Amino acid sequence: MLYAILCYNDEDAVWSWSKEEDAAVMAKLGAVQERLVKAGKMGPSLRLLPTTAATTLRKDQDPPLVIDGPFAETKEQLLGFYVIDVKDLEEALEIARDLGAVNPGGSYEIRPIALFNPDRRDKAS
Amino acid sequence: MTDLAWIEAVMVAARPQAVGALLRYFRDLDMAEEAFQEACLRALKTWPQNGPPRDPQAWLILVGRNAGLDGVRRRSREAPLPEEEALSDLEDEEASLADRLDGSQYRDDVLRLLFMCCHPDLPATQQIALALRIVSGLSVTQIARAFLVSEVAMEQRITRAKAKVGKAGLPFETPGAVERAERLAAVAAMIYLVFNEGYSGGEEAARAALCGEAIRLARLLLRLFPAEPEIMGLTALMLLQHSRSRARFDGEGEIVLLEEQDRALWDGKLIAEGLALIDKALRHRRPGPYQVQSAIAALHSRAATPAETDWAGIDALYQTLERMQPSPVVTLNRAVAVGKVAGAEAALQLIEPLADRLSGYFHFFGAKGAFLLQLGRKEEARSAFDRAISLARNPAEAAHIRRYLDRLTEA
Repeated sequence: MLYAILCYNDEDAVWSWSKEEDAAVMAKLGAVQERLVKAGKMGPSLRLLPTTAATTLRKDQDPPLVIDGPFAETKEQLLGFYVIDVKDLEEALEIARDLGAVNPGGSYEIRPIALFNPDRRDKAS
Repeated sequence: MTDLAWIEAVMVAARPQAVGALLRYFRDLDMAEEAFQEACLRALKTWPQNGPPRDPQAWLILVGRNAGLDGVRRRSREAPLPEEEALSDLEDEEASLADRLDGSQYRDDVLRLLFMCCHPDLPATQQIALALRIVSGLSVTQIARAFLVSEVAMEQRITRAKAKVGKAGLPFETPGAVERAERLAAVAAMIYLVFNEGYSGGEEAARAALCGEAIRLARLLLRLFPAEPEIMGLTALMLLQHSRSRARFDGEGEIVLLEEQDRALWDGKLIAEGLALIDKALRHRRPGPYQVQSAIAALHSRAATPAETDWAGIDALYQTLERMQPSPVVTLNRAVAVGKVAGAEAALQLIEPLADRLSGYFHFFGAKGAFLLQLGRKEEARSAFDRAISLARNPAEAAHIRRYLDRLTEA
């Protein structure tokens, strides 16, 4: 079963890490991911740039309105996500706990995936 | 990262808004800083057990405010009470703080805190020091190290700056639109000063850290004013310049010119963020100097090799900048692009009229020497480089020019 682990955290705090602190966290997360890769459970994952670089298209009006910044002002922001292939929620939670143990603060939202389209850029005609 | 390091990161991130709000309550900078300090001490006692609260800012503000009030009460038993108006309205004591702290109030709190540091009577170095101390929360030791001065001297500098700001009176009324825009412009300029202080500091790590700090402040400002194209431009400009920090110096700490830099060392993450912000800014169709400068930086970032650089585009952007912000330094920068597009002769002609105004400017003589060298006018080049060395602000600049002189001697 495919799950997404959506990573929420206080981006002001995360982006105020020093380069060394950031690298240390990324290395530890990398080690956890490596285990998942070997076990064949690791789908795509990505890390987002700060919400200050985001633009939002509000389509509840016609024509849609373009707004600077993230969709919602929240205390914790969506900073990235993992896609994992696991047998059940328990296993997904276990992985989230492993990731969380080396990545301080914030929350992970563990959410089952309804539709998954892999990278298709190589299918261009 | 240990839990403690994370707690510290949370406190650092919360600082501008927390100190800004406490300043609004107490209307006194020292009191606001002390209250925040006290809140942090209490946080260090309680947070490690349960982790930081869901809203660390509100927690720190509330606890800081109570601690500050306790302090006032304690002191009032020993000394005469401070005038009533020293404390802002406190009728909201019982109200839920988080509910009252709506976005716009936060926004003006942080802007006020930053704006305070931009007082026109403060020389640039004091503005920078004050911002680093009050807004960023760097220690006096860290700031002194960045400025290569003693701690005592830096302490005095900051104390003097605070006194001046305090005497000038702080703007506590909610600013109108025009005033807010003016404050924003002053704050943007101050943030860029912080960045340049770090950028011009050579390899010095304590100094280079100022670049990261300036970017953090700019992102903070952009969070508060998400639709300001010039703040996007400023942030982009600093991100793109900072993206080259690993390539700017060689193993010996000498400057590596843009064209000679190993572009693989450029930080792709910072470039992506910078380019995204420029795209966002362009949509507003309200160009300004920071946007134009960031667009120039972007043309360098987009070139995979020096040969692919769009020098004609850079020349055109500098012409735009000259119109917006006429300055001999801008023209000097344009001359480099003109040199690429039309040759060294044309570049020399462009900078000749600047000689009077830039007679004490290192880069003028460095560029002039380089153009003369290209034209084979060696003696004139030598005297320009000699002059540049005498004006160098740090060893890296001097060493860079010395390499040109060595080349002249070898040839």
